[in-house]
Parts: sequence; C-alpha cells; structure tokens
Amino acid sequence: MNRHATYRFRLYVAGDAPNSALARANLAALCRAHLSDRHKIEIVDVLLHPKRALADGVFMTPTLLKLAPSPARRIVGNLAQTQTALLALGLEAVAA
Amino acid sequence: MKSAQSRSFKAPCGIAGFDEITNGGLPRGRTTLLVGAPGAGKTIFALKFLVHGVRQCREPGIFVALEESSKRVVANAESFGWELAQLQERKLFFLDAQPMHDLIQAGDFDLGGMLAALEVKTKEMRAKRIVFDAIDVVLALLPDAATRRREIYRLHDWLLARELTGVITLKASSDEMSHMLEQPFSFMQFMVDCAVMLSHSMVMGVSQRNLRVQKYRGSGFDENEAPFLIGKDGLEIAVARSPRRTGLKATSERVSSGVARLDTMLDGGYYRGASVLITGFPGTAKTTLSGAFAEAACRRGERTMFVSFDSDCGEVVRNLTSVGIALERHVRSGRLRMISARSITGSAETYLVRIKSLAKKHRARCLVIDPVSIWSKSDRNSTAHSVAERMIDWSKSEGITLVCTMLLDEMSGRSGETSSLQISTLADTWIHLNYLVQAGERNRGLSIVKARGTAHSNQVRELILSDAGVTLADTYSAGGEVLMGTLRWEKERAERASHDAAEVAAKLKRVRLDAEEAELAVRIRSLQTELVAKQVEKKLLARSTESSKGEQSRGRTRMKELRGADAAIPGRK
Repeated sequence: MNRHATYRFRLYVAGDAPNSALARANLAALCRAHLSDRHKIEIVDVLLHPKRALADGVFMTPTLLKLAPSPARRIVGNLAQTQTALLALGLEAVAA
Repeated sequence: MKSAQSRSFKAPCGIAGFDEITNGGLPRGRTTLLVGAPGAGKTIFALKFLVHGVRQCREPGIFVALEESSKRVVANAESFGWELAQLQERKLFFLDAQPMHDLIQAGDFDLGGMLAALEVKTKEMRAKRIVFDAIDVVLALLPDAATRRREIYRLHDWLLARELTGVITLKASSDEMSHMLEQPFSFMQFMVDCAVMLSHSMVMGVSQRNLRVQKYRGSGFDENEAPFLIGKDGLEIAVARSPRRTGLKATSERVSSGVARLDTMLDGGYYRGASVLITGFPGTAKTTLSGAFAEAACRRGERTMFVSFDSDCGEVVRNLTSVGIALERHVRSGRLRMISARSITGSAETYLVRIKSLAKKHRARCLVIDPVSIWSKSDRNSTAHSVAERMIDWSKSEGITLVCTMLLDEMSGRSGETSSLQISTLADTWIHLNYLVQAGERNRGLSIVKARGTAHSNQVRELILSDAGVTLADTYSAGGEVLMGTLRWEKERAERASHDAAEVAAKLKRVRLDAEEAELAVRIRSLQTELVAKQVEKKLLARSTESSKGEQSRGRTRMKELRGADAAIPGRK
C-alpha cells in the first residue's frame, strides 16, 4: 500500500478540552508507531479559529482529516479506539 | 399589566394557538425541548419559531440542521409561503451540521466545534433565537448515557450563558414518549425549562395530530392536549378557549330562518351569531331547512357559505331548487359559496381548519354545515366533540350565524333526541325533525327542542315541502295523538264539512227568523190599523155622545124657554 507516501493530517481540536487533548496525544502516538518520519500534522483550534470550523463544517471535536494520501478520510473522536482509527486510515496492514 | 409583563419573558412563536396555550410563547432566554415522532411537525414548529422571530420580533435566528440538510428544510418549508430565501444569511442562518455519511468515529468526541462556530455566528448576527433540529442524531453517535448527558449540559449551559431562546428538537416515537422517563434522553426533560410534545397517531384510519405542553417553568399553561394541523400556513393549533370569546357582545338582532312560520314560532327567527342545530333522521329535510336559511341570508345580501359533506355543490343546488329554494343566482353572484367538503380528507381538525380559513376568505356572515355529524364518523373519540365545540365557539367569536345539521341514525335505536356529538348543549337553538308514521304515511314533523332567550312554540308542526317552498302546517292533536299528512287533511276536511253544515243550519235559522219577524211586523201593522180604527170609533162615539148631550141641554133650555122659566139664561146659543 502507500508504504512510502507521506501522510498529511489536519486535527481540529477545541482548546484543551479532554477529548481534544486525548486526540492530540493519540494521534502523535499513532504516527510515532506507524508513520515515523512520513507524516505532517496541522492542528486547528476551533476556539481560536471558529470561522474555519464553520467553513470546513467541523462541528464535532476532535475531528481528524486525512488529507493525503487519498482517499481523504474524516474521523471523529479522540482516537482512543485505535483499531477503528487505523482501519480508517488504511494503516491496518502495517499494524498487523 | 401582568400579562404584558409576562409577555416580555416570552418569545412568541407566531404559531396559531400555541402562543395562547402558553400565554405568550416560549420562555425567552431559556431552552425548550420539542419531542415528537418522525413526521410529527417538529421541524416546521421550530422553523416557524425562527421565522416569526425574524419577521415580527426583530430577533435574528440560527437553524442548526443536524438531520435534514438546510436545503431540504428550506425547500420543504417553501409551501408555507414563509419566503425564507429573502431572510437567509443575514437574519436567518442555516448551519448544516449533519454528521457526514462517510464519517468514521473513533472514540469520544464533543460539540465544542459546533459551539465555537455558533459563537462566532451568533455574535455576528446578534442572534436571539436558535434551533437545534434533531439533536438525537448527534446524541446517537455518543457512546454512553453519561457522555450524552455531558454534551447536552454543555449545549444547555452554552445557550443559557448567551441568553439565547433555544429550541431543541428530539425524535421519539409516540410509544417512547409515554415512557419518556425510561428513555436515555429523559434527563433532557428535567434540564429544560419548557417541554412540548407533538404526537401523530391514526384514529380509525384518520390522521390525528396533538400537541401538549408537558412542562413550563414559571408560567401557567394549558395542560390539555390540543389537536393541531399542518396546513397551508404551517402549524395550526386548535385552542378550545378563544380569548376573543370573552369580549363578545350578545346581539338581539334576529335573522330569518327562511321559513316564515318557523320565524313566528321562534319569535322572529334565529339570533344573529347564534348557533343552530338541526337534528333529524335521514330524509327529514335537514338540508332543505338549512338551504332555506342560506337563501334567506343571501336575499338579505349577506355573504354565506354552505358546506356540504353529503353531496356535490351542484346536486345540493339542484335538489333545493325543486323545493323552491333558488340558490343558483346567489352562487353566480358570488354571495353564496358552496363547498363540497367531500373533497377534504383528514381528521375533524382538518375540516375545522379548512372551513375556518374558507369562511374567513369568503367573509361569511352566515355559515351552514351539512351535516356536522360527519365529525363523529371520522373520529370516534372525544376529539370530534371538541371540534364541533370549537366550531361553535369560533363562529360565535366571529359573529357568524351558524346552522349545522346532524344526522341521527334511525337504525341505531337511539332515543331519537340524543345528539351523538353532545353539541346540543352548546347550540343556542335546537330544532328536531322527525318522521311520524301514521296510517301508512310518513310525514315530517318539526319541533323546537330549545331556543335560548326566545319564547318559542312548544307545538310540533308538520313540515311540508312543495315546489313552492317550505311551509309549516299546524298539526291536530286528537285523542292524545298528533295528526299529520292525510289524517290531518281528513281532519281538516271533516272540520270543513261540519263547518259548512253549521253554516247552512245558521242560514236556515236566519231565514226562519226573518219570516217570523216579517210575520210579526205584519201583525203589528194590522194591529196598528185596528188600533187606529178603534180610536176613530172611540172618537166618533165621544162626539156622538157630546152632540146628544148638547141636544139634550139645548132641548132642556128650549123646554125652559117654552115653560117660561127664570129670566137668567145660562147659555145663549
């Protein structure tokens, strides 16, 4: 699969809300484990940039967007359910 | 004033009837939960609340569409003529916040993003009202009850802090609504300040919508279930008590019933603005009697509406023409509006609302509903009663003279004069028509069961239909029985015959008396003649006696002379 592609993520968080903090940590851990050196994470704090949330249609926080490689994915939640997240990101094969 | 003060704490919804039930609207700056089954009308209610806020209260609003896309919501509301397009963006903002169908959920989340986005928008628009349509969609994504509760409280706190008047709609099947307390969303009911339930059920195959205010903190409200309808203008809620009713002035003006004798019986006719109930078995001329009323109203130049549930307008006009009631020209002049209500389908509520709006449009002063008993057919529960009741209330408050007929089922063996809808207690005048089967005939009888504020005849009259019109005839009571039809005619004829005989006898007697009188007169004359004769005779006798006396005295004088008696002569003749 996209073994060598660089993953680009955008994570929408709501300040330091528990779920948002958890999502940040979970994403970082996930990238470290599966995508070391081939990921880029953009963090958007909707409390600071609410208009972006409005424009991007992000209403549930945290929301993770996988922008590349395609297909694009949208994952809602603090990513505590690692298996679901990996599956959604197409990283399950790597994990196995 | 108290009501004016409480009004400022309330945000009017502009939904016909609802603001009356709640004495002014939803709690301002508080949150209202709107619960109902799918298709119960939650979205329309919520949207109307926003539209009214923008249009009438200068309160911009935000609609958070969590289930249907805003496009569809707007399209669906198009038929209500709210013209949402010109309100959108600046005064009315739709936020499409439906969870995307390709959304993948991995772990817990919250509504922080949505609230942050709404925060900006609210400030920008100075929004005062906000609607979250179908919060259950989002709640369903949350993993457990505790999380749901957390998010709802987050939302609620956010609304309260911003003093937004909020409406949160929640889907729940009517089954669940009755067991609301066991539901995962039950805590919402405790949290909010106002809870409104919408239900939609089928009663005898007819759709029936009801609205109930379940709670309203700090305010009185009508606790009863109120039927409502989704009509042309959105939601219309039927309120049993119309506030206008209280300021009503009773009039003593009379309007003709269209039958001269009946007017006499009623001491001048129906009261203007009264409600008249005509009950009777099939074919007792209920329609005819109400048609006569309609014609009389038209002839007075009053705008009239005739609602027929039984037959087509054309048929009614034709049938009434056969008994001398000419409605055709009034229909053509537009004074009379014939409505065939067979085209209206739905619950009693639907009929009521349709009739009300049609009557309003026609500016009707007189209204005929033939028959009103159709309402008991479509709804066999108490709703039909309240509909008829509200029909009467409404027509009273509008000053419309209402004549409704009610079909009594002959076969059901009811005691005849019990009206199934019990509206007879509300009607001001109740005329009962029945058949009298007698001597192989079926004749129509009319009696006035009651007429409020009117001295009325207590007699049963015979109702006669002919091509010359409707008339009433006196009935004869003989041996405790009322005679009608041929029997009445026979009785009348017998009486006429005996009257004739008496007249002849009287004539004869007069002739005889005349003769006797004449005879007596003749006798008087002959007696008079006799009397005259006698008098003459008497006079003659007197004279002859005198002359003979003179003769005698003369004779005596002569004798004295002859005898040469004294010189003193007494008489010198």
